[in-house]
Amino acid sequence: MTGLLASGWKFDPNRHGTWAVAGTMIVLLFVLPVLEDPLLLLQVRYYVSMIILALSMAFIWGFGGIMCFGQSMFFGLGGYAYAIAVGNIGESTAPFFLSMIIPAIFAAILGYFMFFGRLNDVYVAVITLAVTLALYYFINSTSGDEYKIGKARLMGFNGISSIRKFNWPGDPKSFLTANELFYFSMGLLLATYLGLKVLLGSKFGRVVVAVKENELRAELLGYDVRAYKLAVFVIGAAIAGLAGCLSINYKNFISPNAFHLALAAQIIMWVLVGGVGTLFGPIVGCVVLLYVSFILGTGAASGGGMNTYFIFGLIVMIFVLVIPQGIVPTIRDWREQIGRYRRMIGGGLLSLSDQLPAGHGEGMRNLAERLIGVMKSESGPAPGAGTKG
Amino acid sequence: MAADGVILETRGLTMRFGGVVAVNNVDFSMKEGELRCLIGPNGAGKSTFFKCLTRQYKPTSGQVLFRGTDITGDITFQIARRGIGIKTQVPSVFDGLSVHENIWLSARRHHKAREANKITDAIIERIGLGHTTKKLVGRLAHGERQWVELGIVLTGEPKLILLDEPTAGMTGDEVGRTTALIREINRNVALIVVEHDMQFIKAIAAQVTVFHQGQILVEDSMTNILNNQRVRDVYLGKHAV
Amino acid sequence: MDLVGIQIIQVLSGIATLALMGAGLAVIFGMMRVINFAHGEFMMLGGYVVIVCTEQLGINLWVAMLIIAPIFVGLVGLVFERILIRFLYGRMIDTLIATWGLSLFLIGVITWIFGNVTKGVQTPLGSYSFGDYSEKTYTLVMIAFTIIIYIAIFAVLRRTKLGLIARGTMQNPNQASCLGISPPRVYMITFAIGAALTGLAGAILAPLNTVIPTIGVSYVAQAFITVITGGAAAFTGTVLASGVFGTVRQIISFEWTPILGQVFLLITAVILLRIFPTGITGRFFRRST
Repeated sequence: MTGLLASGWKFDPNRHGTWAVAGTMIVLLFVLPVLEDPLLLLQVRYYVSMIILALSMAFIWGFGGIMCFGQSMFFGLGGYAYAIAVGNIGESTAPFFLSMIIPAIFAAILGYFMFFGRLNDVYVAVITLAVTLALYYFINSTSGDEYKIGKARLMGFNGISSIRKFNWPGDPKSFLTANELFYFSMGLLLATYLGLKVLLGSKFGRVVVAVKENELRAELLGYDVRAYKLAVFVIGAAIAGLAGCLSINYKNFISPNAFHLALAAQIIMWVLVGGVGTLFGPIVGCVVLLYVSFILGTGAASGGGMNTYFIFGLIVMIFVLVIPQGIVPTIRDWREQIGRYRRMIGGGLLSLSDQLPAGHGEGMRNLAERLIGVMKSESGPAPGAGTKG
Repeated sequence: MAADGVILETRGLTMRFGGVVAVNNVDFSMKEGELRCLIGPNGAGKSTFFKCLTRQYKPTSGQVLFRGTDITGDITFQIARRGIGIKTQVPSVFDGLSVHENIWLSARRHHKAREANKITDAIIERIGLGHTTKKLVGRLAHGERQWVELGIVLTGEPKLILLDEPTAGMTGDEVGRTTALIREINRNVALIVVEHDMQFIKAIAAQVTVFHQGQILVEDSMTNILNNQRVRDVYLGKHAV
Repeated sequence: MDLVGIQIIQVLSGIATLALMGAGLAVIFGMMRVINFAHGEFMMLGGYVVIVCTEQLGINLWVAMLIIAPIFVGLVGLVFERILIRFLYGRMIDTLIATWGLSLFLIGVITWIFGNVTKGVQTPLGSYSFGDYSEKTYTLVMIAFTIIIYIAIFAVLRRTKLGLIARGTMQNPNQASCLGISPPRVYMITFAIGAALTGLAGAILAPLNTVIPTIGVSYVAQAFITVITGGAAAFTGTVLASGVFGTVRQIISFEWTPILGQVFLLITAVILLRIFPTGITGRFFRRST
C-alpha cells in the first residue's frame, strides 16, 4: 500500500495543483459549517454528489478512454440499491456499501460483455446508451404493487420517497445531523479525489492511460487491455453508485429520472467542458454548468426550459469545435505557450545584447535573463503523461 | 527451447480474405539467434504473413509454433508475454506520453518499480535518446519515433523480435544507426525483419525468405538471392513458377 | 384468423417504422461514418413542418409531408453540415458530441417557438376493419411509403451516376478527387439528402405519434441501434435489423407490455452486436449496398 501511495505522489507532475485542490476541499470542510447556514450546506452536499459523479466519468472517459453514454445508469443503480436495501434492512451501513457494490457488479457483467467482446468505441457508446434507456423504461414501468424487492416497492415513475438517511453504524436510531452529513459528504469527496490521484499515479493508472493512448501497443507490451478496461469501468461504476447514494441523502428521493439520458448527457458535458484527461477540469465543469443551469432554470418564466437546452446545445457545439480539450487543459496549454514565447523572446534579446558594445547591453541582458529564468521555474516539469490536475 | 533449436515455425499457415488467399499454406522455420528477412514484391503476402505471426490477423488455418509450443490460438497480449517483441509498420507508440514513459511501461511489465526506472534509463541511453527523454513521442522526428519503438521492444527482453519495415522513412544516417543497433541486438536475440531496402538487408547480412503470391519462393543468403533470376523475374512482374 | 392478420400488419408496421427512421441515418452514418445525434430532432422538425403547414398555412397534408418537409429539413442539414459537421470528419466521438449539442439546440429553438405543448396531426384516411379488429388505414400507407422509399434508394445508389459517385467517394475519397469529383461537395450533398430523408420520415410518422419538441430522444436511440446493428452495408443492414427488431418488439409487446417490447429490442441489439461485432452485414450480405 505504501508503494502505491509513494508512486502516486512521485508520478504526479502537477503535485502543486493536487495539493491546492485538496487543500481547498479541506478548507471548505472546516469553514462552511461555521457559517451556520444549513441551506448552504445542503446546496454544497448536492454539488458534492454531482462532483463525485463527474469524477467517475472523468476517470473512465478522461483517463480510461471509455465513452460510456450512460454513466447515469450506475448513479441510478446505486441510488436504488441504497433505497431498496435500507427499506428492507432498516439500517444504513450495509446499504451504503451496496450502493457501490451493485453498480460494480452490473458494470462487471456489462463490461465483460463489451470489452472481452472487443467492441470498438462507438459500439460501447451505443450499447451503454441502449442499456441506460432499457433500465429507464423498465424502472419507470414498475409502479404496480407487484414490483418489489423484499419489503421495498420499486414505485415506477413515482419514485421512492421518505428514504432512511444515514445513521451511525450499528445504531439505527442515531441519524447523522445535517452538519455531520456535510462532513461525511465532503470527506467522501476528498477521499474519492485523492484516491483517484493515487490510483492514476500507480502502475495500474499509468497502464490505463497507456491503453487509452494506444491500445495496440499496450497489448503488444503484454498487458491484457480487456481486463484493464473492465477494471476501469467497474471502478467508475462504483464511484457513480456512491454519488447516487449521496444524492438520496441530500433530497430523500429517487426516481427513474436518475437513469435518464438527460443526466447521462450532463455528465458528458461536465467532462467535455471541464477537460478530458484531468480530474480538476470536470470538477470545474460540473460546478460551472450546474450553476448555469440553476440560473437559467430560475430565469424568465416561459423561457426556462428553452433557455437551458438552447444554451447547453450552443455550449457543447462551440466547445467541440473550438475548445475540444476542455477549459482546464486549454488554460494549461496557453500557459505553456506563453512560456515558450517568453523563452523565445528572452533568447533573442540575449543574443542581441551580446552584439552591443560592452556596457550597453546591461538592461537588455537583465530583461532576457528574467524572461528565460522566470520560465524555468514557472513551467515546472515538462509535459509528461496524462495524469494532470 | 525446442530440441532442434527451432525458435519459430509455421505449418500450413493460410490466410484468406473472402475470395483472396493472401498467405497460401506456408511452411516456415527459423532457428534460435537467426536473423531472417522477409522480402517480396507488393502483395506477395509477406506483411500478411507477418501479421498472422503477431496475431493482428487470425489465420484461417494452419499452425504457428514458438519454441515447439503451439501459439496459434493465442491472443496478441499472450504472444507478447511469451517473449515475442513486435514493431509494427506504422510505429505503434504512445504519442501523448514522454519517451521515458513509453519505455517505462515496457520495463514495468517485467520488473518492479525501482528496477524498471533503472532499466528505462539504460535503454534510453542505448537507443541514443537521452537528451529528449521528457519529450512527447508524438513530437519527435520520424526516425526517432522508430527508435523509441525499438527501445520499447528491447525493454521487454524478448527472445524473438519481429520488425515490420524498421527503416521506413529514415535518412541514410539513421539507417546506418539502425543497422548497427540490429546487429548488436542479434547477438542474443532472433529477429524477423520485413523490408524493402536491399542495401539495408545486405548490411545486416541476413538469411532471406522471398515471398511471392502468398507462398515462399526461395530461401537463401542475400548475395545468392540478388543473383537469382527467378527472384528478379518476380520483382519485375514476370510470373515465376 | 383476423387476429393473425392484424398481428402481421402490426409487425410490418413496426418494421417499417424502424426502417423509415433508419433510412436517413443509414445515409449519414452508414455511408459517411458521421454520427448524427440530432437525427431525432431532424425527424421532429419534419413533424413540425407538417403541423405548421397544415394548421397555419392551410397547405395540403400530403404536399407538406412529402415535399415541403424533406426540402426544409434538407436545407437545415445543409446549413449545419457547413458550419459544424464538416470540421469534424473522421473524429467520430467528437461528431457524436457535437451533433448531440445540435440536438439540444434544436429542441431549445422549437420549444421557444412553439412552447412545450403537445401537438397532434389528425390521422388521415380514417380506419378500416379487419374482421373484429380495426386498424388505421394510414398504417398501411406508411408501410407503402417505406417500401417505395427503399426501392428508390437502392435504385439510385445502384443504377444512377449520382449513386455511383456517392459510393465511390465514400470508399475512396482520394481516388474520387483524382477523377475530378470534389469529396467535400459530395459529403455536403449526401448529408443534406440524409437530412431530407430523415425529415421525410418524421413527417410521415407525425400522424401516428404526438409531436413534442423532445420526441426526438425516443427516435434517435432506436434508429441508431438499428443502423449500427445493421452493419457495414448500410441499407441492406438497416432493413435486416429493422426486420429482426420490429418482429421481436411487436411479439413481446403483444404478449406482455409495450415497455417490455422496447426493453427486449434493446437487449436483442446488445446480443446481436456481441455476436456480430461488425453488424449483421459485417457477416452476411457483405457486398450489398
